[in-house]
Amino acid sequence: MDPSDKAIVNRLQQGFPICDSPFRYVAEELGIAESELLARLQTMLAEGVLSRFGPMYHAEQMGGALTLAALKVPDDRFDEVAEIVNAFPEVAHNYARNHVLNMWFVLATEKPEQVSAVIGRIEDATGLAVYNMPKISEYYVGLQLEA
Amino acid sequence: MIETTDQHLINAVQAGLPIAARPYAVIGERLGLTEQEVIERLARLRAQGLIKRWGVVVKHRQLGYRANAMIVMDVPDERVSDVGALLSQQACVNLCYQRPRQGEVWPYNLYCMIHGKSREVVLEQWAELRHGCALTGYAYEVLFSRRCFKQRGALYSLRGALPVQPGGGQGQPTFEIHSS
Repeated sequence: MDPSDKAIVNRLQQGFPICDSPFRYVAEELGIAESELLARLQTMLAEGVLSRFGPMYHAEQMGGALTLAALKVPDDRFDEVAEIVNAFPEVAHNYARNHVLNMWFVLATEKPEQVSAVIGRIEDATGLAVYNMPKISEYYVGLQLEA
Repeated sequence: MIETTDQHLINAVQAGLPIAARPYAVIGERLGLTEQEVIERLARLRAQGLIKRWGVVVKHRQLGYRANAMIVMDVPDERVSDVGALLSQQACVNLCYQRPRQGEVWPYNLYCMIHGKSREVVLEQWAELRHGCALTGYAYEVLFSRRCFKQRGALYSLRGALPVQPGGGQGQPTFEIHSS
């Protein structure tokens, strides 16, 4: 990524205008041609630097639910359990972390009442207790990473 | 309930906005809407908060952010919203949530994420934060991710009137998920 790509990524993490010619608007802000912005975005998407370009929806307002959950997985079963957990379509993220609770995943369901059913199915499939940590309060969500 | 036309629109843009000079016109053509209708509906969905954010989603590892720490603290319940608000103002904190404790195995109720280019940098930022925000009295742990098995936006199909897309499958909106 050159400085121009970095400026584009930093600018576009802050949001995108909803107007007739949104790319031209952003290009003018960045001091580059609209055609150059379009070309650079296409390249970064193709190269996988950016995973997507578009809207992020609010799960709860869409009627769905999200929760963070953890498992205490015996070391010798880690890969096997990861495979079981990842196979659930409701599992959006799954990370190994350095703790006794060593597997942390996010569940996303279409309806709030489905969370406990999915947790039950994961417990049945793995034979392990799921620790469910649903959000109580959200103080800040502003994930922006400087390129 | 979300209007049918809005559901179609949500499906049409979920995979990403066309990289074209008039992207909203392109979407409108697919759905039989005018460019102006698309703009108005999307602006309303954003104002209503259904669209939380609109922009690029970066792959943090691709940008060199390889150290991802989930820092958890045990903060007295009556202090947790103050501490949460304070942490949220710190530049290095990307996300901050209160979540329930889980008995002895998990006595922590406040979570914040710090993404950094190395573990050393993250640990230095955390040390500064602990002292700067007067958090030294609280038990805490720093959980770095060791492996990422799965990382995607949550896929979610809206029940009801979904248009079948040319490929035959149904579109699925992506949520912003802040766990990583």
